[in-house]
Formats: sequence, C-alpha cells, structure tokens
Amino acid sequence: MAVSLQLPGWIEPYARLFRGQQPGAQLAIITRQLGLPVLGLAVFLLLWQALAPQVQTTLGHLPGPAQVWSQAKGLHQEYRDDKDRELAFYQRQEERIARMLEKSPGAAVPPLRAYTGNPTFYTQIATSLKTVMSGFVVAAVVAIPLGIAIGLSGALYNAVNPLIQVFKPVSPLAWLPLVTLVVASVYDTPDPMVPKSFVTSLITVALCCIWPTVINTAVGVASVSPDLNNVSKVLRLNWFAHVRRIVLPAAVPMIFTGLRLSLGVAWMVLIAAEMLSQNPGLGKFIWDEFQNGNAQSLGRIVVAVITIGLIGYLLDQIMLLLQRLLSWDKKSVTR
Amino acid sequence: MTVSGFAGKISRWRIQAAGFVTLCTVALLAPAPLLAETGEPEKWELKFGFIKLTDMAPLAVAYENGYFEDEGLYVRLEAQANWKVLYDRVASGELDGAHMLAPMPLGAATGITGSTAIIAPFTLSYNGAAITVSNAVWAEMKQHVPVGDDGKPVHPVGAAALQPVLESYKAAGKPFNLGMTFPVGTHNYHLRYWLAAGGIHPGFYAPQKGDNSGYTDAEAMLSVVPPPQMVPTMEAGTTVGYCVGEPWNQQAVSTGLGVPVVTSENLWTDGADKVFGITRDFAEKYPNTTVRTVKALIRAAHWLDENDNANRAEGVKIIARPAYVGANEQVIANSMTGTFEFEKGDKRPVPDFNKFFRGQYGIPYYSDAVWWLTQMRRWGHIDEYKPDDWYMEMAREAFRPDIYAAAARELIAEGTLGTGDFPDLDTATFIKPPQKGPLDGIVYDGNKPNAYIDSFEIGLKGEQKP
Repeated sequence: MAVSLQLPGWIEPYARLFRGQQPGAQLAIITRQLGLPVLGLAVFLLLWQALAPQVQTTLGHLPGPAQVWSQAKGLHQEYRDDKDRELAFYQRQEERIARMLEKSPGAAVPPLRAYTGNPTFYTQIATSLKTVMSGFVVAAVVAIPLGIAIGLSGALYNAVNPLIQVFKPVSPLAWLPLVTLVVASVYDTPDPMVPKSFVTSLITVALCCIWPTVINTAVGVASVSPDLNNVSKVLRLNWFAHVRRIVLPAAVPMIFTGLRLSLGVAWMVLIAAEMLSQNPGLGKFIWDEFQNGNAQSLGRIVVAVITIGLIGYLLDQIMLLLQRLLSWDKKSVTR
Repeated sequence: MTVSGFAGKISRWRIQAAGFVTLCTVALLAPAPLLAETGEPEKWELKFGFIKLTDMAPLAVAYENGYFEDEGLYVRLEAQANWKVLYDRVASGELDGAHMLAPMPLGAATGITGSTAIIAPFTLSYNGAAITVSNAVWAEMKQHVPVGDDGKPVHPVGAAALQPVLESYKAAGKPFNLGMTFPVGTHNYHLRYWLAAGGIHPGFYAPQKGDNSGYTDAEAMLSVVPPPQMVPTMEAGTTVGYCVGEPWNQQAVSTGLGVPVVTSENLWTDGADKVFGITRDFAEKYPNTTVRTVKALIRAAHWLDENDNANRAEGVKIIARPAYVGANEQVIANSMTGTFEFEKGDKRPVPDFNKFFRGQYGIPYYSDAVWWLTQMRRWGHIDEYKPDDWYMEMAREAFRPDIYAAAARELIAEGTLGTGDFPDLDTATFIKPPQKGPLDGIVYDGNKPNAYIDSFEIGLKGEQKP
C-alpha cells in the first residue's frame, strides 16, 4: 500500500502567486478561500457582541466576545499563579526535608510528594484528551475486528444487527450509573494505578463511540468489489491473507469514515460523562463553574465551550490527515 | 516509640522538643493517660471530597494555611457533583474522606445508606442551614407573620404562616414541592422539623415497604436537588422553596428570586451540621493519619472562630476561589461574617450562623448524633421502635470523640493550642445537657430519645410504623 503525502490543495494559489502565475486568478481564489471565512467570523462576532447583552440570566447577561476573551486571559493568569504556588509548595517541602535531615542526618530521605493543587484549565484539557483518546482506541480495537467479522459473514450480520441498532441510540448519561457501579465493584484494588473515574469515563466513551466504526467497517467490508473477491478465489488465498490483502485495503476508506465519526461522538460523549463521573477534565470544569454561580462563571463556561469546539475540530483534522495518508481513494476524503 | 521513629519526626515538633519532653516526663509520672506522640502518617497523599457549601471552610483553611502540610499530609481537595456521588466515593475508597452531612455516618451505622461503616471523628460545622421560599410564596406568607415594633417580620418565622399558602395551593390543585439535598441529610430533617412544627405534614418514608420517596401522607412533597441547583430549580417553578446551606440562600436574595425565612439555629441550636467523614476501615488502617488530619482540622476551625471571628473575612476570600465554593465573595460574606440577609435589605445580626469552633470545639457529640437519629425515626428512615440504649449505641459507633480527644491532646502537648482552648477532655461525656428547642420549646435530652420522639405532634411515635 503506497503512502503518498500530498500537499493540501489550499497552498496551491499561494505557490502560484509566489511564482507570478496568473496573479489575478490566484487572488480571486485566495479571497474565496480565506476572505470569506474571515468575513463570516467577523459578522458572527459582531452579532454576538450585539445580541448577548440582550439575554439576561440570574448570573448576569450572556457574555459577549470581549468578556469571554478576558475570562480566557483570567484562566491563563490562574495557570501562571498556580505555577508559582507549585514552586512554593516544592520549596516548602525541600525546606522541611532539609530541616529534618539537619536534625537527624542518618534518617532516610522521604520521597518528594506530588503537588496537591487543583488542576488548572490546561491540565483539565490534557486529562480530557487522554481520556478521549484512550476510550477511542479501546473502541477502535473492539470495533474494527467486530466490523470485519460482521461484514464478511451475512449470518453474523443478521444475528448482531438488531443488538447494534438497539444499543446505538443509548445516551452516555444512561450508561453512566451502570458503568460506575460495575467499575466500583470490579476494579477494586487498594492502590489503583489509574483512578476509577478515569476508567468509568473511558468505558462510557467506548460504549457510545463504538457503533459508527462497527457499522461503517461492516459496510466497507461487505461492499468490497466482486472483481477483487474473484481475484482472491482465483489465487486461492487463505482466510487471513484474503482479509489482509483484499478486504482491509478495500475497506480502509469506510473504516476511516467510521473512525472519524466515532472520534466526534467520543469527544461529545466525554464532556457529558465527565460531568458526573468526576474525571477532572473539561466536563467537570463546566459543571463546577455552573455550581459556582458567580459573576464570571458564564464567561468561563463559554471559554470552555469554545475550547471544546476547537479541540473537536483539531481532532477531526488530525483524523482527516491520517485518512489522506493511508487511504487509496483520495476522492472519498471530503472536507 | 523507638528512638529512630522519634528521630524521624517532622522537624516542626523538634522546635518545641524541650517543652514537650518535660510534658512527656510529667505525663509518664502521672497516672493520667499517656500523652503518646502520634507516629508518622501511614498514608501521606490523601484526597478529600467536598460539596460547594460555605461550611467546607475548615478543609480549605487547613489546606491553604498549611496545617495539613505541618502534619506531613499532602491533601488534594476535590469538589464533588452531589452528595450521593460524594458518599459513594468515600464508601468505595476513591476518596479518603469528605465533608459530609452529619446524619450520613448514622445512615451507615443503621444500614440505611449502605453497608460500609463510616465514622465522624470531627464536626466541621454547627448550624449553617436556612429555609428559603420563592417570592410568590413569601408574599402570601408575609400576611400571616406578626410584625414587630420596627415594622419588620418577627423572627423566627414558623411554618404556621405557610399553612394558608399550602391550603391555597391544594385548593388550586397545584403540587407544593420543596427541595432538600439528601434524604438522610441535615436539610431534609430541618425542613421536616420546621414544617411539622407549623402543623404541616412533610410525609413519611416507608423503606420496609420499598417506598423511599418520603411522600406517604405528605401535604408538602420534599425531593432531592443538588445545592447549587436550588435557585435555578426554584426559578423554574419546579420547587417553591428549599432548605440548604450557604451560599444558596443568600444567592436567592442577591438574585432577587427568593426570601430566606428561617435559619437552622432557630430549629436546633448548635447541633452538628456537617462532619468530616471517613470509613471505619481507613481509621483502623491509618490511625496516625486520622489523628493528624483531625489535628489540622481543629486548627482550621479554631482559626476561623478566633478572636471573635476576626479571620472570617480572610476565610471568605479563600473559599470564594473557583476551586472551592466559587460564589461571589459578597454573597458568601453575607452569612459568614456575622449577619444574614432575609428579605432584600433586611440584614439581621446572626453571629452564629456558621459555628466552627467557638463553644462547640468541633467535637462530634453523641447527643448530636442521637438528635439526628430521633429525626430519622420521626420520618420513617428508622421504621420501628428502638429502645433508648440502641440510639446511644448507634451514636457511639458513628461519632468518635475519642479520636478527637487524641488529636486535641496532641495539639495541647505540642503547644499549638492550650488546655484553655478545649473543655476538660478527661471528664467529658460528650453528651450535652438537655436543650430547649427555640422554635417550639420542646426539650431534648440526649439520654431519653424516645421521650423526645413522643413529644412531637406530627411524626412517628412509640411503636408506630410508617
């Protein structure tokens, strides 16, 4: 399977402009590519700034872009303050240990304890990303083989399809109590490496985002062209070689479509699951801010909402890039 | 205590080594209990949970003022989504301890809330709850509340003024819903006490019949709402009032959505409201850690009430941080600095709205535990008659002033606090003398719970079952 790296198409006009080829036409293209989105964004911001103060809530009016930006700066400042506190914490610890060693030089040096401060906004983003990627990988590892099996065997498909259709629409918040109870009783080690809230969130995310991948993989595998199947029969390929050489490469575009959808679903589900599972990520941040109910809460929640959107967009673009690299059918890769 | 164990002590104690050694010698010579030094903590890194209420202040203060670190404990404080999640996480061990409602360890001891034994070695706060009603309900209630010479409603406002409002809702066929925070919880029982004292039946629980709604025979329906959602829920019309801790009552006043009508020290004065709860297993496995934690909390509570609440303003600043309670500083200060706002503009002096250390010392009194048990019996959570000594037995299982006393003695021995700061721990029974109820005048004697239960008009009595 050849891997070709194509430059994204949007660079072309700039390259041509740089070389002096048809500048008028290139500028027109650039205006359409860049100018229109910027215009759209500007109009949205103006509308937002104008309309937000019209909506009153018990916590003050809805924040406009200026307020949200100042809250974002506030969050960054909190991060910087936290770094100072962390430094002070470790300094205090080291002073304590030094004093102890001074009085009793032979004593064993106690291990350095980790900083106990609350997670900052960036730490929470990192936790959310870790959880979503873990849940997504678990889901993918289960879904792709399952999808292949279902796609290859019509009988298995008929057997499993009703179950898939019934479990697919179940909301993560409906799974959460069950998953919490099961994890609490099954994952019962006195000193867990990974906190229970993380495992709960991971499993909930996996349960919800597994379905698009399963379905798309099954469809991709089932719709392998008959010509290719004939080739496999002619060459008398064994089952494993058939899957590896014919089925998988043919189904890769659909598998990636499924994975992209799954990742989108996983990210949405994660935020909801974190609100109740107490995993210290963006979902918990939003819920805690809602509980705080102070004058800045709304602004901070909107910052979190925008962050969630941007990260979701980023994750999607990464999947798109992977799809471009690994998929043979460039036409199936859309925007 | 081996020499090397002593040598490995945190140096802070070493600073007072001279005085301490003298004290130790004297203690060894006297027949009094040995002032044993607490050993190293067995578990250094701890995670405590809390709910966003102002009475989690001792936990925040113990962290921010370095009291936990002084004891060699590295504590993470984590806000929880609601009381149920908090309770389950303590029971399952995910949290080492938590800010808990006082009846929760009793619920564990009696088996109502679960099977994991939970104990309370320290009371985080006394008093600290209030009942708020919506503007519409208050407008109707006000007409039945006597007015004092200053033109303001006479406090405490009894639920008798609520009865006509209830009647009008019944006549119109509208449900009368009130919010509280947890069935086996302080706010639920306070609300029921207040309603019953005014002649309104809040309903029974019938767990033996599988009915945990609490709606049996109810004239007013009480249901669970997480504390920060009390105000939005009342605004949406789902409830017409609620009982909760701060800052959610002052939040209603500041947003103009409701009016607090009564504060809990007018229902039961100076009773344990929030406790610090840990599993009994934790206390048995990590006794030194437990004593050290309680030492830090005692210091925090003492700091909050020191010099006639001089440090309260700073305490407010600490808990106003988004990681702790997060509400607007002004709203928090309204109830933590000696006043309480009822109707908008009607701020009255209530110096003991939150009591942390003054007068009660953070001790988990047995009689406080028995009071909560009597309320559990009144409303059906304890569904059959139990003799008086059963109540005291449950209290002794769940509330542990012995751990408190060990911690207090440590602090005295170190010189951090003096013997004058505490009551006489050697002779204390931890059972308060009989107390008269401020609202209805009914006397509560911790040694005679059944007599107390039987003296109420509304509520299960004697051999009655829900």
